[in-house]
Amino acid sequence: MRALSPPTIRAAFRGQLGGFKLDAAFTVPATGITGLFGPSGCGKSSVLRCLAGLQHLPASSCEVSGEVWQDDTTFLKPHHRPIGYVFQEASLFQHLSVRANLLYGAPHESVKTHADAVEFDEVIELLGLAKLLERSPRNLSGGERQRVAIGRALLSQPKLLLMDEPLSALDRLTKDEILPFLERLHARLSLPVIYVSHDITEIERLADHLVLMQAGKVLAVGPLAELQSDPKLPLAIARDAAVNFDAEVESYDSNYGLVTLQIDGGRLLVPSAPVASGELRRVRIAASDVSLARELPQASSILNAVAARIVTTSPVGANEMLVVLALGREGHGGRLLARLSRRSWDLLRLAEGVDVYAQIKGVALAPGRDGHA
Amino acid sequence: MTNLPPDIWQPVWLTIELAAITTVILLIVGTPIAWWLARSKAWWKEGIAAVVALPLVLPPTVLGFYLLVLMGPDGPGGALAALWGGRTVAFTFGGLVFGSVIYSMPFVVQPIRNAFDAIGDRPLEVAATLRASPLKAFWTVAVPLARPGFLAGAVLGFAHTVGEFGIVLMIGGNIPGSTKVLSVAIYDYVETSQWREANILAGGMAAFAFVVILTMMMLEKRTARIRA
Repeated sequence: MRALSPPTIRAAFRGQLGGFKLDAAFTVPATGITGLFGPSGCGKSSVLRCLAGLQHLPASSCEVSGEVWQDDTTFLKPHHRPIGYVFQEASLFQHLSVRANLLYGAPHESVKTHADAVEFDEVIELLGLAKLLERSPRNLSGGERQRVAIGRALLSQPKLLLMDEPLSALDRLTKDEILPFLERLHARLSLPVIYVSHDITEIERLADHLVLMQAGKVLAVGPLAELQSDPKLPLAIARDAAVNFDAEVESYDSNYGLVTLQIDGGRLLVPSAPVASGELRRVRIAASDVSLARELPQASSILNAVAARIVTTSPVGANEMLVVLALGREGHGGRLLARLSRRSWDLLRLAEGVDVYAQIKGVALAPGRDGHA
Repeated sequence: MTNLPPDIWQPVWLTIELAAITTVILLIVGTPIAWWLARSKAWWKEGIAAVVALPLVLPPTVLGFYLLVLMGPDGPGGALAALWGGRTVAFTFGGLVFGSVIYSMPFVVQPIRNAFDAIGDRPLEVAATLRASPLKAFWTVAVPLARPGFLAGAVLGFAHTVGEFGIVLMIGGNIPGSTKVLSVAIYDYVETSQWREANILAGGMAAFAFVVILTMMMLEKRTARIRA
């Protein structure tokens, strides 16, 4: 064990795959959820299959937490890799009950090993499967099936969970039903996850780290917020650009139904159902919901005006500016995006390095990760 | 029933024994072949598939002729028989089993292969990601999911072995208790104008065939319902 350096997932996959060339290399921490994001057909699912060993590209390498899964001389078969894999379609075994599906990959009672093993009852509770156990997969809804598939993967006691667009085959409502389960998993289990998706809203709610892919190549790797606020990357330029913060609940004002959240470089007031102090929540702030003011606005209905410093700016199209802000009076905090008209930019005589107030019109607060919200 | 020849049922039991042994051997030999045909990516696998399917189109007498050459005193079969002091494997029950296995092979391999094909890669990939070795995945996922294919293969293989005639004549002959099977017995009764006996056996065969086809169709329907 290399105990000192934090565990990482190092992967480099190269080769011709059907119609396109894959050349993807990245290193991400083996903790939290890493989003593998890119347009359909950019090779992200292939990367996941290579990580699982379902696809064998020679001249590639893969190392997880110090264990070599693939290099020039080694190639571990999928069943020798301590992974869990959730496919786009649940792919439950039709000839087995839900319970037998869940237990298919579970080690025998006698070999139950490490202390942080995922318990059967815990998975049942976490994914709400208690009522489904004796049923056949044929009689389950799409969302139920996918929850069973996730539980089945978890109970095989993986050291790395791979999820290949687990929600993309589901309709909007079912997606919203499953996302909270995934958020609870994230909060409760210390299992590293690689999560493939082409849907930025899933990535924004779940991912801690991001691998951005395009046409078989890795465009950028880093913490989610860092990549979201990088004006050179497609995420920040997109019309629905946004940044996410992991916020801590400071207090709750039941009189107005507002929660005070502490984020890196400031405080936010957000309408919410009652929450306990100290709870961690993820918030999303869209670039189009942020406007800038030279002075602290005195009479305004907008709840949040946070001191910030302009870091960089770049034109978007002919008449709009994308502004990257650093929160806090000295600009030491997290990054925020604002999208302004060029006219406002000129009128306020804004420039890089200028101190401003970011007025935030809307903050989206993700539902509680403990599932009680 | 009066005046039935005492040995009229002997060919029936012999036929059932032959068909049962043949079916069991075919399931054991045919399953790996079907698996390989369904899973292999070798370009020449369809060539093997065609060889396996050959008995479907070859006249039984042609097949029987080659089997006779193969099993006769001058062929490998003769060498084999020499091991226990025989001259040939032809005209023995063992030879008949061997011929039946070859002849009925496509009827067993084809449905099982189709069933394996229908399963696709995904369930086996899922099993592998759940730490199942290829062998465990085969027994716990592929075989149960291909069960209708196994049933169809077993039924068809059994029925075809019961019904074969040309090959039996070529390599089996007509030795009571050893190679005189049902179809040959019927032929014999007709030859000797024992129409009543021929009728009993033929009628039994017809009823048997009906039950087989009905079973098959019901299995098909059940499978279709499961897949839906």
